[in-house]
Parts: sequence; C-alpha cells; structure tokens
Amino acid sequence: MLGSNRRFLYVTVAVVVGFLVLAWINQRDTHAPGEISESKGLHIQSWKSDSGANVLFVETRQLPMIDVRVVFDAGSARDTDKPGLARLTNVLLDHGAGEWDTDSIADRFESVGAISGASALRDSAVVSLRSLVDPTLLEQALTTLTAVLQKPHFNPDELERERSRTLVALENDRQSPSSIAEKVFYANLYPQHPYHTPSVGNEDSVKSISIDDVKEFYNSHYTAKNAVIAIVGAVDRDAATKIANQISAELPEGNAAAALPDVADLTQSETINKTFPSTQSHILIGQPGMRRGDPDYFALYVGNHILGGSGFGSRIVEEIREKRGLAYSSYSYFLPMRKPGPFTIGMQTRGGEVEKALSILDKTLREFIDEGPSAEELQHAKKNITGGFPLRIDSNKDIVEYIGMIGFYNLPLNYLQTFNDNVNAVTAEQIQDAFQRRVKPDKLLTVVVGSNSNAKPVKAGSEGS
Amino acid sequence: MKLKPYLFFALLTAGGVPVTGFAQVHEFMLENGMKLLVKEDHRAPIVVSQIWYKVGSSYEHSGITGVSHVLEHMMFKGTKKLGPGEFSRLIAEQGGRENAFTGRDYTAYFQQLEKSRLEFSFRLEADRMRNLLLPPEEFDKEREVVIEERRMRTEDKPRSLTYEQFNAAAFTNSSYQYPIIGWMDDLRNLTVEDLRNWYQRWYSPANATLVVAGDVDADDVLALAQKYFAKLPTEEVAEPKPRIESKQLGPRRVIVRAPAKLPYLLMGYKAPVLNTAEIEWEPYALEVLAGVLSGGNSARLPKELERRQQVVASADVGYSLYSRKSDTFLIDATPAPGQTVDTAEQAIHEQLDILKNELVSKQELDRIKAQVVANAVYELDSVFYQAMQLGQLETVGVGWQRADEYVDRVRQVTAEQVREVARKYLVDKGLTVAILEPQALVEQARLASD
Repeated sequence: MLGSNRRFLYVTVAVVVGFLVLAWINQRDTHAPGEISESKGLHIQSWKSDSGANVLFVETRQLPMIDVRVVFDAGSARDTDKPGLARLTNVLLDHGAGEWDTDSIADRFESVGAISGASALRDSAVVSLRSLVDPTLLEQALTTLTAVLQKPHFNPDELERERSRTLVALENDRQSPSSIAEKVFYANLYPQHPYHTPSVGNEDSVKSISIDDVKEFYNSHYTAKNAVIAIVGAVDRDAATKIANQISAELPEGNAAAALPDVADLTQSETINKTFPSTQSHILIGQPGMRRGDPDYFALYVGNHILGGSGFGSRIVEEIREKRGLAYSSYSYFLPMRKPGPFTIGMQTRGGEVEKALSILDKTLREFIDEGPSAEELQHAKKNITGGFPLRIDSNKDIVEYIGMIGFYNLPLNYLQTFNDNVNAVTAEQIQDAFQRRVKPDKLLTVVVGSNSNAKPVKAGSEGS
Repeated sequence: MKLKPYLFFALLTAGGVPVTGFAQVHEFMLENGMKLLVKEDHRAPIVVSQIWYKVGSSYEHSGITGVSHVLEHMMFKGTKKLGPGEFSRLIAEQGGRENAFTGRDYTAYFQQLEKSRLEFSFRLEADRMRNLLLPPEEFDKEREVVIEERRMRTEDKPRSLTYEQFNAAAFTNSSYQYPIIGWMDDLRNLTVEDLRNWYQRWYSPANATLVVAGDVDADDVLALAQKYFAKLPTEEVAEPKPRIESKQLGPRRVIVRAPAKLPYLLMGYKAPVLNTAEIEWEPYALEVLAGVLSGGNSARLPKELERRQQVVASADVGYSLYSRKSDTFLIDATPAPGQTVDTAEQAIHEQLDILKNELVSKQELDRIKAQVVANAVYELDSVFYQAMQLGQLETVGVGWQRADEYVDRVRQVTAEQVREVARKYLVDKGLTVAILEPQALVEQARLASD
C-alpha cells in the first residue's frame, strides 16, 4: 500500500484507537488497495475551471455537507533525486499561507467544524476539505483552502520542524518489520524507476532538502493543468463551478506533468532475506503488475479476486489460513498506478514456517496460472463483485475518492456505469490468458523480513505440505 | 484516523443544523428478549446488519483471557447446517461484505449488503447464534491463526506491547486489565471446552441486540426478525460480577524494554465514564478537555508541544465516555528528536497544570462545539457508523437513546467544569505511566539470491 504523509501521526494513535474502539477485526479488508467502484445512478458532471483545471462533480443533496478533493500529479514519483520532496511540499502547504500562520489556518478550519487534509502518495498529492454548506461556515473554509493551495509561505522554520518529524517517522518505520519489508520490496521491484522510494523519502535525502527545493517543486507541480478537482455534496452546478474557479484561480496554468518512465520487468527471480528481531517473518512476493486503464484490467482484477483478493474463499487464504493456520493475514492484489504498480502476494508467519509458506504460495500461484479459475469460482467471484456494487459508492466519502481517481487517471466518465458489465464479460479463458502473459512465476521478487529468515528461492514444482 | 474521542458519537439532528430525510430509530423487543433497533437511511440502496452480544474481554477472567475473541473466529467455522467457511461464502455470493470484531465490552458480527438481501444475513446469524458446532480440528488451526494475529498485532509492535503493559498495571482488579486478544499463555492453553462454555453462557437472544440501518422499512425488518430470530429459545443470562476497580493509592510506573527505535510515552488517569459517573456532566467535561488538548491541529498539544516547544513529534489524547466500566483518560506521546520521554512527560504535566489553574478560552470552547455539531452531520455519511453507534451504546449499557443528548450535553459544558474535572481526575494518585525504552535492533541485510 502507499504511504501517506499523515501516516506517522496516526501511528501513535492507531495503537490506542485500535484498542479502545474497534479492537480486533477478524478478517482483513478484502478489497485490494486502490480498487475502484461505480454506480449506475451516479451522475458525474465534468468541465474545466477558468484556470484550466479538470473538474468532476457529483451533486448529493441529502446531507448539508460538501467534500472537495484536489489531486495533483505531484506525488513522490516526481521527487527526482530528492526522495521525500513531494511529500514535504504537500505537508507544508497549510503551514502558513496567505494572511495566516500555521496556528491560524488550523483554527480557521476547525472553528467552523471543517476538516482539512493533505497527503502524498507515489502518483498523486492530495489536498482535501470537508465542510458544512452553511454559507458563512463554508466561505471561511474555502477562503482558507484557497490560500493553502495558492499562497503557501514555505517558511524555513516550518520546514525544519517537519524535517525533524519526518526523521522520526523514518525511525518509526525502522522498528516495523512490515514497513521494512515494503521498502525493500519496492526498492527491488523498481530499481531504476521513480516508484522505488516511498513518499516519506529516506534519511539522507530528507536531511538535504532545502526550502528552495520545496518552492521550486511547488511552482512546477501545483499548477492548474496538473490538477483535478473533485467535488461532492449539497451544492448545485453553479456553486460547484464557483468553488472550482475560486480554489484554482491563482494557480499558474502550467503544464500537465511529463510522462513517467516505463517500468522494466524483472529479468529473474530473486530472494532477499533481512533479519529482524520479530517473532514473525513478513513475506512479500511480486513483480510489476498493471497500470490504471490497462487493457487486461478486468481479467486480472477478477482473476486476482479468486487467487487472493477476496479474503475467505480465495485460494491463498484457503491454503495458508483455512487449511493450515499459518497466518492471520494472507492476500494478493494488483495495485494499478499511472505506470504498472506492483502485483503483490503477502503474509506473515512464525519464523520456522517460512519455507513451507513460500512453497505453498508458489504452488498456489503456479496452479492458478497454469489452470485458470474453475467455472464455479468465476461465477462466485462475479456474483460477489457485481452484487456488492452498491456498497462501493454508498457515501459522499467514497464518491469523492472515486471521481478524484477517475479524473486523475483519465478514465472514461462512464467507467462506473460499465463496471459491472465489464466484470460480467470476463471469461475463464481470458483470466488464464492474462495471467499467463502478465504474471511470470520464474521472475518473482521475494522479500522476507524477520528472525531466522534465510529463505531460499522456491524451485518450480516443489510441494507444499 | 486521528483520535478525536468526542467525535465518535453523534445525533439524528445536529444541534441547529437541519438534516432532512433521516428517520428516527425504531426499537422493538422480540418475545425471547432480543432487542431490535432499526434506523432507516434511504440515501443508497444498501443495508447494514449488525448483531451485538454483551460479552468481550472485560467479561473474562484470568486463565481464559482471549476466549471471546477466539470464539468470534470460530463463529465462522460451521454450524449443524453449514460447513466451515460456508457462512462467508454464502454472504460473498450475495455481494456482501462481512466481518466481526471483539472489544472489551462487546462481540459484534456484521454484514453489508444490497438492500434486498437482508434475509440472507438474518437466516445465517440466527443459525449460528444457537447452533454452533466448534469442531476440534478447526479449533486447533484457528488457535494458531489467533496466535499469529497476536504476534502481528502485539508481540512485534513495541507500542502495542507498551499499551498492553500499561493496562495490566493501571487496573488492579478491573477486568480492563486484560488484553482483548488474550495473553499468549492463555491462548496456548485454551480448549474447545472453554469456548463451548463461553458460547453457552453468552450467545442467547436475551443477550443480543440486532441493529439494522439503511434503505429498509422498519416494519419489514421487524417481520424478518420475527421470522428468523423470534423462534430461538432463550435463557437467562447471569449478569457479570461488577469487579469495580479498587482505589488507586499512588502513581504507578512501568518500563517496557523491547526492540525498537523510538521511545514512547503513555500516561493514563483513572476517569469515570457515562455508565459510572456520579456526576452526570463530568464525562462530557472530560470529552471537552480531550478536545482542548488534542481535538485537531489547533488544539493545545499540537500547537504548544509539537509546534511551539517542539518537545514532541506527536501527542494525542484518548478518552471514551461510552465504556462499560470506569476507564482511563489517556495521553500518548513520541518525543521529538533530541528530546526524551522525561522532557515530554514534564511538558505534558505543565499543560495539564495550566488546565487546572486557568479557565479555557471561549474561543476554544466554541471551536470544540462547532466541531461537534459538524461531526454530527459528517457521521451520517456512513451508514455503518450509524449502526455501530447504536449497537455500542446499547451493548455497554448506556442505552442508544443517549446518543441524542450528546451534542447538547457537550454544548452545555462550561470552562469552569473543564477546570473542575482536570483538578479532580488529572491527579497523581490516579496516574499510571508506561514508558517504552528502545532496545537495539540487529539489522543485517543478507542477499541470498540464487
């Protein structure tokens, strides 16, 4: 999964919230990260703002609230030789802007009950706002958001503070075997590609980023043509037009960001072991997968649902957890990104079981590629995906994230309307064909982080017990 | 999510803000003692069904800790009619999402479905409420799964370990001392018999609340509930013993040494909750106090300690007024680089002293009240959350109706009341501090490619 710039803040709290509120969730969320949804009833309106930003809008009248999500092609894939720059720029936007300092900006949002957010992933950087639509409250929230987007101060003292907090976040990652595994995984999956570092960056780079770097990054990436504005809520088209124009008015027109370099396929299998004093070993297996808008998207998505994307009932969970009790969480997913994001199989298990687990995963994957899904599995997957369709867009929060994604990746506006039909059209042969062409079991990266981890590459045809 | 404890619960109509199209909660009692709550929300053609049992880790005792949670896992492992895993398969085939969670005060199971498919959920939940099989061979595997879960969530997470040790030290005889997932040794020694006894004792209609929210008609839901649940036999469920925490006689400190990179500080003060408060406004004043300290980026901990003094990298407050038993008012912090847990603790104490000596400003109170009003609307964006709120309040014994009071009660809190609860509860004799002292990690990357 992709990191976000608020991630570390949540780390301390997640411990507490997890225990106090939700406690132990039995199963893992069965939806692949980044997966998307649709609604036949969803009416997306789209236009260009006066300054040239792409706007997507869905009017929902039932609740007196609005969500605004501005997505820039300004994620860490744009870091160039300064990993962490995109995220630091994104974080610093609301640390003083327009007439206000950091404290005043926080107070202006929160005193009207608004919630503002900022995050940077690999592909995109997001600034978001949720507010009531009461005119007085909304106006103060929007005025503040406008300053944050268009007039950030980028004060050097603020950079120093965020630099130091980022270094703490990096230290925090170093005490987590799952974070370590993820970093090693991406670094080796994308050795020559901007996707190789997480948005949080690395220690050396974060220490070297200057305020001029931040200003330059902002000036070249936070432009109207590089932005998508998604709006959902209880306002009409006229009001949405005004909002989109206001928040993008003084962004320089700029240009859409240049295309990212292509991703090279792995040329051979590789296994990387990293020792860590944890009771479990964390396993990640994968290779570059597919991009947004990929012609094989639906075949790979439905196929992966059966392989390991749908929790209980999927083959990987069946083999690893249900039959053998080897792990609490096991899964596979494609993360579609601008360029092919990873295809990942993951789990974690006690040290002594790593070899057994690797051999079972290898066998499960090879079988699926060789034989494809059964007719029954395919029918079951289609029923699950299409029958649960209304759940995917049952809130303003879901809708605004989905239309932001559609706009950002230039997916067709009827993408949602046709989603179920596209799922239903997938055949077992197409899945088998797509997996055989796209997933290469002899060119897989395997990362194992934990104690006693000294896994060897699994040879083809070896047996799981 | 960022911890904003007072944001967790909200209203049908947020104080003064018109919210149209939302029905009241319908409450029904079946003849066998099972309660049904229905909240109509017609925004999207979906339905959420949750069944809440009054049992969780705070009902457990030493030796069987974690049994509620393991039983929750085993509820997916077959009944007289269904094979292991078939429950999940049937719900999946209906396009449903389903899951379960165990807390200190509840165990709950849920399904989210397209609205016309609610009947599948009822039929399956009614079946496993009374007909669970608990096959020993499935139990043997599932116990290993839960042990892996404990390793993942607790053993290999230094902050989780610290939090677990904190609770074990803070509570002497209150059952809030037990980790929800259970102690490792108890998990290893758990038996099918333990689970069978636990199931017999607590999984009865009279100990359950069924909550349905979404695009449904309350009378239709009642008719469905009558069809599937009303016929289930029920038994008296004995109240758990109170096990009220004995009086704390002085501050407690726990040191946790574990492989880690960052130090971590947890400070918790014993505090009443709505269920246990002798003075009714006090939990609401504690909610506001939590908001003053950490309810957003303009609150005092981020503003003073993170940005001005730069003594912490982050600090937050956790307080839930809807616990079943008296709880803690919790503050956690990660020191900033070059700072220590001692300097962080000292800085937090200074902030608490200010709250005990000076009244909070009108501006701060107004900000918190505006957030509470707005969040009461935002929460309506999630049907699942609305059901969750009703289920939790009902199950901990507060009563779902109390959700309606929340915004007004918070709006009535005065600066004097905030100072009073700070003076009364944020005191040494109720304090437990847990500190994570990082031990060296050995990191060696070895390349073993073929």
